[in-house]
Amino acid sequence: MTDTVKEHRSAAPTEDSSASRRDVNQVVNRNSPDFAALKVVHTRHVVRWIFGALVLFVVLQFLWSLATNDKYGWPIFATYFFAPAIIKGIQLTLALTVVSGTIGFVLGTLLALARLSKSPILNSVSWSFIWFFRSVPLLVQLLVWYNLGYLYPRLGLGVPFTDNYFWSFDTVTLVSQFAAAVLGLSLNQAAYSAEIIRGGILSVDQGQLEAAAALGLPRHVRVLRIILPQAARAILPNAFNEIIGLIKGTSIVSVIALGELFYVTQVIYNRNQQVIPLLLVSVVWYIIFTTVLSVAQFYVERHFARGALRVVPPTPIQAARGWVKTQWARLDEKPETPEAPTTRIGGNGS
Amino acid sequence: MSIAVTQASGTLTAPATRGLVEIRGVSKSYAGHEVLHDVNLTVQPGEVVAILGPSGSGKSTLLRTINHLESVDRGWVTVDGELIGYEQRGDRLFELKEREILKRRTNVGVVFQNFNLFPHLTAAENIAVAPVALGRLGKSDARELALGLLAKVGLADKPDAYPRQLSGGQQQRVAIARALALQPKVLLFDEPTSALDPELVGEVLDVIRDLAKLGTTLIIVTHEIRFAREVADRIVFIDAGHVLEVGPPEQVFGSPKHPRTKEFLGRVL
Repeated sequence: MTDTVKEHRSAAPTEDSSASRRDVNQVVNRNSPDFAALKVVHTRHVVRWIFGALVLFVVLQFLWSLATNDKYGWPIFATYFFAPAIIKGIQLTLALTVVSGTIGFVLGTLLALARLSKSPILNSVSWSFIWFFRSVPLLVQLLVWYNLGYLYPRLGLGVPFTDNYFWSFDTVTLVSQFAAAVLGLSLNQAAYSAEIIRGGILSVDQGQLEAAAALGLPRHVRVLRIILPQAARAILPNAFNEIIGLIKGTSIVSVIALGELFYVTQVIYNRNQQVIPLLLVSVVWYIIFTTVLSVAQFYVERHFARGALRVVPPTPIQAARGWVKTQWARLDEKPETPEAPTTRIGGNGS
Repeated sequence: MSIAVTQASGTLTAPATRGLVEIRGVSKSYAGHEVLHDVNLTVQPGEVVAILGPSGSGKSTLLRTINHLESVDRGWVTVDGELIGYEQRGDRLFELKEREILKRRTNVGVVFQNFNLFPHLTAAENIAVAPVALGRLGKSDARELALGLLAKVGLADKPDAYPRQLSGGQQQRVAIARALALQPKVLLFDEPTSALDPELVGEVLDVIRDLAKLGTTLIIVTHEIRFAREVADRIVFIDAGHVLEVGPPEQVFGSPKHPRTKEFLGRVL
């Protein structure tokens, strides 16, 4: 490098003045152009834009059909969308989701911790729980809980291995429809979320456990303050999957005639034969719930990304605004470079 | 830059009269492979001991037995006369409950090779978490202690940085501050500079050097031979689980007695 500059200087000493604005000590080959001064023309993604337009066309066509095909029965949809029966069904759906989801995830966390504990008994009990509740179809579980009174007419405390009760309950009054649904959904949910949480905990570096132990942190601090917040990053995407699955999965409890959203919808369309509009009512409600959860998921994940990323990702609104801004700025780029500026590049040209 | 282990009030609390570590007849095997063989070592209060030896010689394992991150198969370890992991009642040794183990562990701070800072907590939170969790300090006092310790390790301007936003050397200095927050009698360093760029090693060694002057007992596993020679009162050379040589640096480096020590030093010096 130095050699070329030296040669160059001795060969053309008169050009020194033109390069006087450059740092004299800097080793610069004056034959190479100053690219930094040139304007960048970004690649035109023609194929990308064509396919984008095609996809957009298909989507618009579908939306148009939604609006114009009167078999969708939008007027009927509108009358039932906020119908009191539907709202009541929604309340029950949300109640089932919140209660079963909460019980499911708390119990799931305990199961995951038991599964990772050093006690072989806790370990195998947890394993068996997960094994059993993942093996038996949810539908069967719900029917069994609902008909528990047939298997065990009375539940209570008494002398072990006998039928002598000190204190007991009629099973049918204890396990109502709602209780049967919550039992089925939350135990099933616990089994699945236990594995998700265990996976998250396993993803935390072993060194974190050692550091926490070396600082003498009590067990609950290690779990709640050190391990779970770090595991959360791995747990959250799957956990939201499960919650979204659960909110729609509650429709399965229609088999025990519990009046949640989907059951109510069925009852109404069996009466008035307007199947599609009423199914749309429940579908649109499920879409609304899922949308809310998906947005919540984004922000919760963003919260737990702190420390894990140097820069937190932009929110979708920020990202969309940024994208539009770049595309807008590129609009006034000329795709073809005019010939004039090329002469300015080389040092010899001037 | 000088280090003083201070409470939030600012009083110096690192008397040289504590931090006696005794290791007697410690042996440890993994799946039939003996990593430590009948290790005996006494570290005086305030002494700085550097443990040297080739990779896989058992130096890290030995260090980890001192705060019970590793249990021993035979032998015992005490810090200021308190057994690590066990309690004597009459002629029996009882395994300690976890809570007791954790309590005794706070007498011994550890600085790890890979820092092991908690990535979701800021530098100050990393330091404050243990004093708060153990009920020693309230939240604001712990924060103040953290800020003080960060200043001592030259990071007064980084209390709210997350570990990933710090360089390796800075992270390790935060880790040292975190270990100091519990005012341990003994500090263990497990290859504290091995994961650092050569450029960043110096800043961490400076902090350790200051700690050594202060009178806390330091036990350092290291590959930094020159640093060990400069800062250590005694050098321990371990190979294949055996302590082959213990002595002042001049003697171990100047006229090593054991052929294995000679060979090792010949390769690394």
